[in-house]
Amino acid sequence: MSHHEDPRDGLVDHLPALRAFALSLTRNGATADDMVQDTVVKAWSNIDKFKPGTNMRAWLFTILRNTYYSSRRKRSREVSDTDGIMTASLSVKPDHDGRMQLTDFKKAFETLPDEQREALILVGASGFSYEEAADMCGVRVGTIKSRANRGRAKLAEILQLNDDEPMEMTDSATMAVVAGGGPVLS
Amino acid sequence: MAPTKDKDADRIESIINQNLKLVYSDLVQEELPDRFKDLLAVLKAQDAERKETK
Repeated sequence: MSHHEDPRDGLVDHLPALRAFALSLTRNGATADDMVQDTVVKAWSNIDKFKPGTNMRAWLFTILRNTYYSSRRKRSREVSDTDGIMTASLSVKPDHDGRMQLTDFKKAFETLPDEQREALILVGASGFSYEEAADMCGVRVGTIKSRANRGRAKLAEILQLNDDEPMEMTDSATMAVVAGGGPVLS
Repeated sequence: MAPTKDKDADRIESIINQNLKLVYSDLVQEELPDRFKDLLAVLKAQDAERKETK
């Protein structure tokens, strides 16, 4: 066995993405950081289970989500699940100038159930394919697709993206994305 | 399904994906808490110690 290229040296490069995933999943900074910490310790001590050449980020995300869902199962035996309580009352109207704000999008996103947020973040934001996401979540591709679709439908409803003025909304929504201040990819 | 409906779904998917990417990239760009660098250093040191005592 050669000692060069310890895969553990690669862990640090994935921490910002891992933490972003944890924050999206837990919606809570302290919980997210605890999840990341648990994941790093587990990955470190189980590094022999990582297959070199495969996607380390996917491997780490999988450890993190499994950690999260197993602690959620424990928690739900103690307290009732509060997911979805806010959904009924929340409805975001575009500003008077018709622009959707990123904070409104975040608020709406946070009302989705964990599984839908997870599917949307994996395939919509972090660049995994439906196949990879299904593999990471231990479900069929169709399940990931339906979770993502249900999440999108709910977001469209809350954010009133299904308005009667499709042309106007397209323009204003594009503006919202630009106004959000993120890097504009060309 | 009518073609306008599909177009509408594509449009909504694209708006949502763009906003998801913005939210996610904001989170990725947050500064990493020191505890994680410290944690990696501790794990590394523990391994080194274990090797020495063998």
